[in-house]
Amino acid sequence: MRDVAVIGVGATKFGQLWDNGLQDLATSAINLSLNDARISRDSVQSLYVGSMSGGLFSSQEHLGSLFADWAGLKNVPATRVEGACASGGLALRQAYIDVASGMHDVVVVVGAEKMTDISGAAVTRALSTAASYENEAVFGATFPGLYAMIARMHMEKFGTTEEQMALVAVKNHQNALSNPYAQFHRQITMEDVLRSTKLADPIKLLDASPISDGAAALILVSKDYAQKNSVEPVWIAGSGCATDTISLHDRDDMLTLKATVLAAKQAYQQAGVGPGDVQIAEVHDCFTIAELLAIEDLGFVEKGKSGPFVQAGNTDITGKIPINVSGGLKAKGHPIGATGVMQAVEIVSILSGRTKGKCINAEIGLTHNIGGSGGTAVVHIFKK
Amino acid sequence: MTSAKIWRKMPEYYELVGKECEKCGALFFPARPICKKCGSSKLQDHKLEGQGVIKTFTIIRTPIAGDDVLEKIICEIPYALAIVQLSEGPCLTAQIVDCEADEVVIGKNVEVVFRKVFESGRKGAICYGYKFRLSE
Amino acid sequence: MAGIVGWGCYIPRNRIRVEEVANSSSADAEKIKSGLKVIEKSVPGIDEDTITISVEAARNAIKVAGIKPDTLDALYIGSESHPYAVKPTGTVLAEALGVGNKYTTADFEFACKAGTAAIQVGLAWIKSGMAKLVLVGGCDTAQASPGDPLEYTAAAGGAVFILGLDNVVAQINHTVSFTSDTPDFWRREHEKYPSHAGAFTGQPAYYKHIINATKMLLGEVGKSSDDYDYVVFHQPNGKFPERVAKVLGFTKKQYAPGLLVDRIGNTYSGASMLGLSAVLDVAKPGESILVTSYGSGAGSDSFDIVVTDEIEKVRSRARTVESYIQNKIYISYTDYLKNTGVLE
Repeated sequence: MRDVAVIGVGATKFGQLWDNGLQDLATSAINLSLNDARISRDSVQSLYVGSMSGGLFSSQEHLGSLFADWAGLKNVPATRVEGACASGGLALRQAYIDVASGMHDVVVVVGAEKMTDISGAAVTRALSTAASYENEAVFGATFPGLYAMIARMHMEKFGTTEEQMALVAVKNHQNALSNPYAQFHRQITMEDVLRSTKLADPIKLLDASPISDGAAALILVSKDYAQKNSVEPVWIAGSGCATDTISLHDRDDMLTLKATVLAAKQAYQQAGVGPGDVQIAEVHDCFTIAELLAIEDLGFVEKGKSGPFVQAGNTDITGKIPINVSGGLKAKGHPIGATGVMQAVEIVSILSGRTKGKCINAEIGLTHNIGGSGGTAVVHIFKK
Repeated sequence: MTSAKIWRKMPEYYELVGKECEKCGALFFPARPICKKCGSSKLQDHKLEGQGVIKTFTIIRTPIAGDDVLEKIICEIPYALAIVQLSEGPCLTAQIVDCEADEVVIGKNVEVVFRKVFESGRKGAICYGYKFRLSE
Repeated sequence: MAGIVGWGCYIPRNRIRVEEVANSSSADAEKIKSGLKVIEKSVPGIDEDTITISVEAARNAIKVAGIKPDTLDALYIGSESHPYAVKPTGTVLAEALGVGNKYTTADFEFACKAGTAAIQVGLAWIKSGMAKLVLVGGCDTAQASPGDPLEYTAAAGGAVFILGLDNVVAQINHTVSFTSDTPDFWRREHEKYPSHAGAFTGQPAYYKHIINATKMLLGEVGKSSDDYDYVVFHQPNGKFPERVAKVLGFTKKQYAPGLLVDRIGNTYSGASMLGLSAVLDVAKPGESILVTSYGSGAGSDSFDIVVTDEIEKVRSRARTVESYIQNKIYISYTDYLKNTGVLE
């Protein structure tokens, strides 16, 4: 396996982007990443697309062909990768494998989702296909519902409080204030979160990530290429991936996302680091409880202790392990397929100094992307 | 959900028919082709009793909305959704009906009832299946 | 001797009081309560219908009968509110019970006597030797147009009987019917609510058919009203069965155990069936029961039934009618409209 570097990043703003359709967003992100890498379109040898459902959101499949076409990547082999909300992370992993295996030297990965062209009800139904449609969704399980059931168990077993969960949202909104791509630039208080509309007890509106449009892209190259073209690389030091049962009710332990634990283990092993070496991480906070689970399952804090850990400020930007300095899915936005790639854009930007003034000493960063209620997990570790 | 799909799901939705592994005795719900425990494909139908206990739950206030084309989930608003651990072992996700929200508590015993689960609009087929209510 | 081998019922737990309905149209609740002799009625849950009601009632009946579902030869459910106009309640019920594929079914309709008509047909299967076990039921989620007096009584519920030859708990000795073409109450195809002919539903309809059928039965079995321990009449409200009892010479002691309408309303095809179930919940071996149903359109089915020793062995196997009546919560008029599909 060859070493793989990220030499270009690009992203659109996240939000309700009425002027842009799905392919517009993807093309925009790809163009920005090519410019950032200062390479020509013709150098691209392969394209990976992370998108949960062009079909359900835009009545459009065959995104590999569409995006390659629109972005001027003539005749390039293109593959759409899907793993529900982990589609972006999975696409990144496939792109990584493409270069690491020696198949190609210059690969683009783009994550994109256009969620606002259909009604809220249609979005909820589309998202419910990330769960078991036949055994969870039709019986009334919504995503807030599934994560709420995890939250209730976490509260019952470990004493985690709604206030501790709310702090995650407060922190992420605070962090997003300095992120120009973020959907929300609005500070919120714990009171705001606790008083927001109840979705599925105990999860409230401000515990939940929003519906968003957006795209993000990365240029991945081989070590040889990086050296020959004198670019400032950030290395993908580890890649891990695992699945678990699609239904929450089938998990061995509903309070641990085993897929995260296994994916992280693979990534740590490959990168030759442990949780204590990670200096910054972008984790999958589709709901505030998901961030609490993530920091436990990634090994940053003992199982059950995430609530007090967050409460003590350990995951703040100035804390022991800054989590989601981008604003996370909560405040930055969550265009499903774009998320996994955007997390990498954020980490690469910080490690390489593209983002000025934030966590400037970080050398090792981690991204964590989840599909559904934990059916898929993808973890990547980046090194300067 | 199309007619054909509803029809395939009837044994599972109507009578909680899962599978028992002939090799290692493990029980699954719903039916699956390969034993989760030992990997054997020699599985036989096993009807579950419908008695269980609430493992965790939530009160959902914003359901999946449907219309005449998509499935219209039939439920009160708000409704209680729970993961129920059946007495034989397997867990499933289902609504808890016939009680107030504050009566739904982790650890309470529940029994299966046969109710309307969803319909594909006024003209579509009605899908019946399992929900649970608190048992004495 | 052919008869009932097991019985079971289901009544939804929602109730709406007469006052709650009356307030919606500023009507005089006390007058209505005393006029109809009804205080509240049952309302289905939003996820309940005639099929779900028949499934729970049938599961109870099967428990009492102690039979295996796949031994049933035929199933017949009578209702005015079958969920499908085309696709029988019977097949969903049979699938839910695990009957298998070796059975026959078709749905019954004859207003409120659809269930007892099914009993007659089921009995014929058994007596002829063509079937060993037949499941029959009367279940409804009755509809009434907002503002119509029927709104105070149209209710939801049902009862199921398993008929057979062995281990009979109540022998059905004789049945006879008095039927005519009488347009007292009907519902045209595609109409949501029934129509009725007001006072015409009394003397020429309910009373004429019940009185004639009952007298015919008594004549044919050579008995008088005194010979019965219990009597069950169709109960559209609390007044009609009391009056017809008086005319026919039955006492309150005889009709009270089977009179449920005051507390659950008129469950239409379920009404006489639930009344009989309630009597079976308490009747002792050797006691006799007369049942006369009434279905608009119109007809009455009358039955002479005698309880056997077997009843004591099976009685506690499933929930009683009373346990379902007692398990209740009160709902608002708005929720009642939502649950009965008036507000979509």
